Amino acid sequence: MKSAVVLFPGLNRETDMMRAIEAVTGTKPVLVWHTETTLPDVDLAVIPGGFSYGDYLRCGAIAARSPVMADIRVKAMKSLKVLGVCNGFQILTEAGLLPGALVRNAGLRFVCREVRLRVENTRTWFTNQLNQGTVVSCPVAHGEGNYICDGETLKRLEGDARVVFRYAEGSNPNGAMNDIAGIVNETGNIIGMMPHPENMIEPLHGKTDCRPLFESLLAA
Amino acid sequence: MKAKIKVTLKKGVLDPQGKAIEGALGSMGFAGVEHVRQGKYFEIDLAETDRSKALAGAKAMCEKLIANTVIENYDIELA
Repeated sequence: MKSAVVLFPGLNRETDMMRAIEAVTGTKPVLVWHTETTLPDVDLAVIPGGFSYGDYLRCGAIAARSPVMADIRVKAMKSLKVLGVCNGFQILTEAGLLPGALVRNAGLRFVCREVRLRVENTRTWFTNQLNQGTVVSCPVAHGEGNYICDGETLKRLEGDARVVFRYAEGSNPNGAMNDIAGIVNETGNIIGMMPHPENMIEPLHGKTDCRPLFESLLAA
Repeated sequence: MKAKIKVTLKKGVLDPQGKAIEGALGSMGFAGVEHVRQGKYFEIDLAETDRSKALAGAKAMCEKLIANTVIENYDIELA
């Protein structure tokens, strides 16, 4: 599986993401700078977390309009898999590649802690190694992770099992609608999530709960 | 020509910052503050002198970048 990690100015989780992908899949991703107009020939593009453009205007708004995103959009219409984590999720919603928006945490605070995450859909390329309903520990670190969308979109997301991850009961850190932590697009190739699975894959992280997510990439 | 653009959260979108300001105003003793919503304001200097073209340009900017129409409304005033 060939992958690329896309880097925008202000992101800071690219090294963790590259390390996680390489540690689990055995293949090192290529790092792609945002000014590139063509993504290399890869199966998966990952947009990691951080604070692209200092969160100016809105989280992810400026990055979503950068050159590399145009090519990601074109290739995602075909078969490219795209994963956005945290700021990456915000960038994907701002780019219109995933529905809804991520707004200020209901409690107004930046939340940096471990949450319990329930895997709701195991038929995706990022969750196929987990059992339905499995609850994993996963860190979050964000100030704007409160997922919202209109009623019609919410109905479709829920009806089509496109909520991939949900904060387990009592674990919602940001007020997200229906405890939504991660979703997949209609065609199943674009996934966005607020928590950071790349930081829960090796013993030094304290737990390895999220390792099966990256193992799923190999089985996909 | 100058485009003065106000971006506000759509009705129903939670505005925790507005709520915090509302709470602060109340605790500072300002009576009768019923509701606060926070928004953004932009001033964009445009080279365009034709009013309708300037408006169309500003509208496109709002749709494509300045506002996220999933959660925000915008209002353009030309001056």
